[in-house]
Amino acid sequence: MGADCRFRQVCHVWRVTTLPAPFADWFAARGWTPRPHQLAVLDAVRRRENALLIAPTGGGKTLAGFLPSLIALADDPPEGLHTIYVSPLKALATDIARNLEAPVAEMGLPIRVETRTGDTPANRRARQRARPPHILLTTPESLALLLYDPEAASRFAGLASIVIDEVHALAGTKRGDQLALCLARLARLAPGAVRIGLSATIAHPAAIRDWISPDGRGGATALIAGEAGAAPEIGMLIAPGRMPWSGHMGLMAAEAVLGRIREARMTIVFVNTRAQAELMFEALWKHNEETLPIALHHGSLAVEQRRRVEAAMAGGKLRAVVATSSLDLGIDWAGVDQVIQIGAPKGVSRLLQRLGRANHRLDEASRALLVPANRFEVLECAAAIEGVAAQDLDGDPPRPGGLDVLAQHVLGCACAAPFHPDDLFAEITASAPYAALARKDFDDVLRFVEDGGYALAVYERYRRLFRDAEGVVHVRNEAVARRLRMNIGTIVEAPVLKVRLGGGRGGIVLGEVEEYFAAMLAPGDTFRFAGRLLRFLGIRETSVLCAEGGTGEPRIPAYVGGRMPLSTNLADRVRLMLHTPATWDRFPAPVREWLGLQAARSALPAPDDLLVETFPRGGRWYLVAYCFEGRQAHQALGMLLTRRLERFGFQPLGYVATDYVLGIWCAREPTGVGRLFEEDLLGEDLESWMADSSMLRRSFRNVAVIAGLIERVHPGGEKNRRQITVNTDLIYDVLRKHDPTHILLRATWADAAHGLVDLARIAGMLARARGRVHHRALPRVSPLAVPVLLEIGRERVGGGEAEEALLGEAEALIAEAMGPGALV
Amino acid sequence: MTAAPIHRAAGRFLLDPAGAVFWPERRALIVADLHLEKASSIAARGGLLPPYDSRATLDRLALLLRRYAPERVIALGDSFHDAAGRARLPAEDASRLARMEAAHRFLWIEGNHDQGAGRADHAEAGAVFRHAAGEVAPGTVEFSGHFHPKARIATRAGAVARPCFVTDAHRVLLPAFGAYAGGLEVTAPPIRALFPRGGQVFLLGRDRVYAFPLAHAAKAA
Repeated sequence: MGADCRFRQVCHVWRVTTLPAPFADWFAARGWTPRPHQLAVLDAVRRRENALLIAPTGGGKTLAGFLPSLIALADDPPEGLHTIYVSPLKALATDIARNLEAPVAEMGLPIRVETRTGDTPANRRARQRARPPHILLTTPESLALLLYDPEAASRFAGLASIVIDEVHALAGTKRGDQLALCLARLARLAPGAVRIGLSATIAHPAAIRDWISPDGRGGATALIAGEAGAAPEIGMLIAPGRMPWSGHMGLMAAEAVLGRIREARMTIVFVNTRAQAELMFEALWKHNEETLPIALHHGSLAVEQRRRVEAAMAGGKLRAVVATSSLDLGIDWAGVDQVIQIGAPKGVSRLLQRLGRANHRLDEASRALLVPANRFEVLECAAAIEGVAAQDLDGDPPRPGGLDVLAQHVLGCACAAPFHPDDLFAEITASAPYAALARKDFDDVLRFVEDGGYALAVYERYRRLFRDAEGVVHVRNEAVARRLRMNIGTIVEAPVLKVRLGGGRGGIVLGEVEEYFAAMLAPGDTFRFAGRLLRFLGIRETSVLCAEGGTGEPRIPAYVGGRMPLSTNLADRVRLMLHTPATWDRFPAPVREWLGLQAARSALPAPDDLLVETFPRGGRWYLVAYCFEGRQAHQALGMLLTRRLERFGFQPLGYVATDYVLGIWCAREPTGVGRLFEEDLLGEDLESWMADSSMLRRSFRNVAVIAGLIERVHPGGEKNRRQITVNTDLIYDVLRKHDPTHILLRATWADAAHGLVDLARIAGMLARARGRVHHRALPRVSPLAVPVLLEIGRERVGGGEAEEALLGEAEALIAEAMGPGALV
Repeated sequence: MTAAPIHRAAGRFLLDPAGAVFWPERRALIVADLHLEKASSIAARGGLLPPYDSRATLDRLALLLRRYAPERVIALGDSFHDAAGRARLPAEDASRLARMEAAHRFLWIEGNHDQGAGRADHAEAGAVFRHAAGEVAPGTVEFSGHFHPKARIATRAGAVARPCFVTDAHRVLLPAFGAYAGGLEVTAPPIRALFPRGGQVFLLGRDRVYAFPLAHAAKAA
């Protein structure tokens, strides 16, 4: 740990003359030479320009961000805050603080570095207020809290530099929206401060530069690219034995994975969901006869548990960690020399981010293995390996900023100081996410913050803001400001309960499970969590009480929104690969045979057509469409096609969606298949289906919490928690009916349009398929259709009519099983 | 829209999927926990919820009044979210409620939220009506609200939670009718204690109610 790993340099021939003597000596003493991109950042800052540095892991990126500040502060620094560093992770801020200690101490620099996050104790906050450090390391939420304070103007007046780490992980998210608004505020409070953004390699560098720039349009901002690192070495690990047709867990590969763990120093085993992490951890230990130290890390484990695992990794005490995206970002563990991805990689950028965890030195290739969990994933892994080699980065450019975040910010600004709406509008439209914001939307957001902004204006006496004679907006009272401080931030968690081992108050907290999972447990049930087999005892207040051990089939907690869709780039590659038998030699024999049989019995999906098969099976007719647009898009498409099949009289009975394929079953044989996919499919049906869907309701809940319509859940507030979960759905229904153009509904729809439903992908697919639907009417199921048929019944459907059908089915089943007498 | 008939000591009752009970023999509609003006009550404490809850609740009540054309409406308490709720009704909603009260005889029972807004309870033809469930005399049936029951049923594709009626031979617990009224799981001890020998839940659906044994709620499929 320490400076050695994060700031490790590789000798490089470059002039060091631009560094002041103590710094040049310090570099030389460690056998380092400043990298060109470090000097380029320094140059930009000397020209009073902003900079976006894009460099892979291991390039001395963080030091590049801090060098200008360290140099500026080296001689007799004035009191007051000089530099703010913002990171998406608290742990990263703490780690960077530790790493900065080395150069500061070794060069004897008179610089004070401190962190401020949600974990910072009150006495330290008070001390920071009285005597601010020169360099403050913080998170977007803590920065917002500092800015929404009446002292903000004086506190930030002398600010000279703002370093934003992992920009790619923030831009385009709601946390990023809030940070962008805070940067716009800082530009007003400290007009001289420069911004330095640090980012991993991304698909849209220009958009990220705009995001960093003070005008939101890329002005006065240098785009600096670090040198590319060595190309990663990626292989595919195919477990011996049969290749599964479906399933996403990859557990059959556990023994083979353990073999690879044995051969490396330290391995991160990445999986896609928390449930998969629990199962893979268990499967590895089942084979782990020599008890290699293997740990588990995911976002629902208690913070202390995660810190313990991280510390063990840092100390080189582990051989492997099974992890979810909880380890995608953050601290660089020097000891990690192998990354194994189990299951579909889903996208090239995400895979590269994960590969980077085993990459500490630019000149060394990182080693990685992909482990497909089923046949389609073999294709996806091969496509991802190609995509990484081609540096075919995926991901969308940042979407426009959320109106809910803006609402929170507007209230925060009012709490800091009175403002005139025209001034605030000018300020926020200088940030990239809100650069194109319409004045009407801003005014509606402001009205929402003032009095709810309802068409029925009845809350005059409960206003949160008031305007004086000159139109200047003031906050009504301190209670409003206090409420805001309690509810800052844009991370909205699903309601969760703590998992407490040992019962009673003294038990250890293992982590959290979602409320709905806890509600499904009956005393005596067993479940697997935090790598342990646990027996459920009961729920007390906000805790799930449990004991170690138990019998019976354990349940695994699942978490809402765990799965990412397949990226468009990868989908295109998979499609091309399917159609090019010359590329199949890299696949294991069962996969080659499978594809060969498909070509013989039906057809292979081509890159520029849409293969649709229909066939009878078990008294039903199946329609399988090979769209490759990701699960979310397929679900929406499934709904649309079902309605159309209904209208055409084919009596559809249900549908199932995977990342690759959509399957629908009907009572009658679907004919005239080409008509089904005509572009007018995307009509009103979609809107009403979406409005009723559980994802839109969840999206509304987030919007309502972030915008301040309802309060965030506080620990211990079990009653409030229950009311919040009920109420946002009820509020949503009432608002939809009585105020359908309300700003919060508009904010919800905007969220949905950008990412929740992948509408653009459906539209693109329909346009591509126009006149190119390749229909094969088959006598029986085709080889390629088997995986989707195996998914039937596993799929979780949310909201609306699907729920009604499920309830009816469950009712009939129970009535049948228990007899009519049971229901009286 | 299909209501489910149940037979209890006092006769035949229809459980309507909108969350109300109709008693055909006495031409009475029974509703619980309207919580009118909940939003404005919360607004006073800083949460500016959409102020349409009374309107939405009265809309739904109006549908039922048209469907059953009852002579009487029995409201089982917490009809207003607080004692001053009636005075805060927006003019349009207030006159609408007044028209309903003129066309149908309303029997208001008081609840813990709106104490003093009606009588403590009411008994008639073998049925007793009160806000919170209490002792039930043999040979009678009790209708009550207060708990806002909801049930969670495991299905093949995950659990589905809905407001519900809970009933056994002696009691009918009504779901809350108010647009912003939350819910309490039927597995919670206060509701469980009322049905020591089990019972039945009727989950509210779009066009009908769905019946399950009480013991089935929130248990795995």
